[in-house]
Amino acid sequence: MPVRSLVSYSIDRVEVLDPQGVVDEALMPDLDPGEIMRLYEHMVLTRRFDERMFKLQRQGRLGTFARVAGQEGAQVGAAFALRPDDWLVPAFRETGALLWRGLSMTQILQYWSGDERGGAFPKELRTLPVAIPVGTHMLHAVGIAWAMKQAGEQVAVLTFFGEGATSEGDFSEAMNMASVFNVPVVFFCQNNQYAISVPYTKQTASPTVAQKALAYGMFGVQVDGNDVFAVYRVTKEALERARTGSEPTLIEAHTYRVTDHTTSDDARRYRTDEEVGLWRGRDPIERLARYLKTQGSLDEAGEAGILADADQKVAEAVAAFEAIPPPGPEEIFKHVFAEMPPQLVEQQAALMARLARRR
Amino acid sequence: MARLNMVDAIDQALAQEMQRDPRVVVLGEDVGRDGGVFRVTDGLFDRYGADRVLDTPLAESGIVGMAIGMAIAGHRPVAEIQFSGFAYPAYDQLVSHASRMRNRSRGEFTCPLVVRMPYGGGIRALEHHSESMEAIFAHVPGLKVVIPADPYEAKGLLVSAIRDPDPVVFFEPARVYRAVKTEVPEEPYTLPLGKARIVREGRDITVLAWGAHVRTVKDAAARLEAEKAADVEVIDVRTLAPFDIETVVASVVKTGRAVVIHEAPRTCGFGAEISATLMERAVLHLLAPVLRVTGFDTVPPLAKSEDYYQPDVDAVIDAIRDSLRY
Ligand SMILES: Cc1ncc(C[n+]2csc(CCOP(=O)(O)OP(=O)(O)O)c2C)c(N)n1
Repeated sequence: MPVRSLVSYSIDRVEVLDPQGVVDEALMPDLDPGEIMRLYEHMVLTRRFDERMFKLQRQGRLGTFARVAGQEGAQVGAAFALRPDDWLVPAFRETGALLWRGLSMTQILQYWSGDERGGAFPKELRTLPVAIPVGTHMLHAVGIAWAMKQAGEQVAVLTFFGEGATSEGDFSEAMNMASVFNVPVVFFCQNNQYAISVPYTKQTASPTVAQKALAYGMFGVQVDGNDVFAVYRVTKEALERARTGSEPTLIEAHTYRVTDHTTSDDARRYRTDEEVGLWRGRDPIERLARYLKTQGSLDEAGEAGILADADQKVAEAVAAFEAIPPPGPEEIFKHVFAEMPPQLVEQQAALMARLARRR
Repeated sequence: MARLNMVDAIDQALAQEMQRDPRVVVLGEDVGRDGGVFRVTDGLFDRYGADRVLDTPLAESGIVGMAIGMAIAGHRPVAEIQFSGFAYPAYDQLVSHASRMRNRSRGEFTCPLVVRMPYGGGIRALEHHSESMEAIFAHVPGLKVVIPADPYEAKGLLVSAIRDPDPVVFFEPARVYRAVKTEVPEEPYTLPLGKARIVREGRDITVLAWGAHVRTVKDAAARLEAEKAADVEVIDVRTLAPFDIETVVASVVKTGRAVVIHEAPRTCGFGAEISATLMERAVLHLLAPVLRVTGFDTVPPLAKSEDYYQPDVDAVIDAIRDSLRY
């Protein structure tokens, strides 16, 4: 009996905008100059907001949070490809995508300051709240996608996660169910090379995340995550396949977390400055700026204006955030159930009485 | 004697047990090069290398499931779950296998492993980082559940847990990690599993706690003593499973009153087990119902509301007074 090859596959990597800011015209997605400028402005806003959040955290005005610096190309590029009626199911490192979906900076600050009310992402944004337990939320995206398909809505669900999340069992279950049920979901992995201290090569022996799709009978592709045009192009295609053919896709955006894992981490314990420096040199925002400058659509004054505009918006959001009164004790009890059971009514009353006695 | 915080006391216990017994291995997320997100395993990787200190992929079920296999094959794994709120994927492995491999195989295969995890609130953390779900582990037949209250306790109890022939879930109160130092002998020592500790003797009332709230109760007892209001017996329950019925019942028979403190939600919290046990074994000695000061039946709140949720000294004193007045 001969040995025959049954299947063989290959995985593509898509790049459109090179580090010098030059695009491959054949692959350039269909974006008009106004859209490209909005992409740029939003990436800058994301960066400035992230930097400001970091300062607020260091001053004790915000709690622990996960920064997005260096990943703006990946998450803003992907979110930009969504339509308002599509769904977004985030993890916890997607501030740029959340902002693009219409969440206010004020609310994002409120959430990361440890105020439950910040979790009330308006339902009409079709954007789920932050999911902290790694990898658990991708299954929700699959369920939403199934429901959208049942309802006959031609929409897609985009879910974000890191490469660390691909090690969790839930990732495999989500991938499998998505392709078994053939639902319109796009799995978007921001492979930022580290899951806290664990580097990619210790997370998985698979040369790419993208190829993990193949075992599930799903299409998988890698994209340069610091190339916003490539990310947009690949995500847009995947979302379109999802909306029209209900086909799931796994996208691996190859990028890098240039900051600590969260504000509680010290990345110098497990990686070198040289490595970080190398990736800082591949900055997605600077790359897009180079493109805009060679196109003649951005000059130094324009750049400064966009920065100032972003800082102004951030400052206004911070001021609004700081004016929010602290949550009252009733917030703890309000949303455990639709209707408060007697035990909770009693527990809330006991707390109120205790607080009143101390006043 | 050196004064250590709980992080360093646990680190020392791990290092010494690894030294003493080559079968001991440490595994978990970020426990190696990074030394753990709380630095509890700091230095172990440099000292014992990658075959004894395993930085695992991000997979809690994988960590505990693999530890079960290692234990069956003769190792003594000490697995770290980064926060107890992320233990749920591993719960299946603990409940379905670790806790019952001995029973299933009629003692042929056993799981001498430890699963360590920081737990509890008071650290102003994100959602899922402040859980106090010890009761759902204590509910599982075949699992031991141990919770140290201070650095001295942590070292001795962890050494015992590692040497124990059965699976032990070891909850480390994150809020205590760096908050207090106690004297910790350099030499390895053990503290018995299944034995409660009388922290302070008293005549009027027995107050029981574990983990971070032993401190809360001690402070309450000190205040009531200063006010000459009550002489409180404080018990650190220490091991929820197996639970030291004898010590607790004897104390309540003596004092006639009991209050249990835990920050876990009230319903089906371990306080309920203690209260039921006292009903069964000491009802005729009780001068008042057993009272509980607990967290609410809610999601542990985020940082800004956390203080509302945590049992504090005032709440404990209120309960003690209610019991005494009864
Ligand atoms: C189930 C679970 N285990 C552990 C953690 C603690 N933790 C938070 S983020 C993180 C690493 C995540 O890595 P990755 O999925 O690559 O995403 P990134 O943080 O790099 O964006 C870990 C271990 C968690 N939040 N959830």
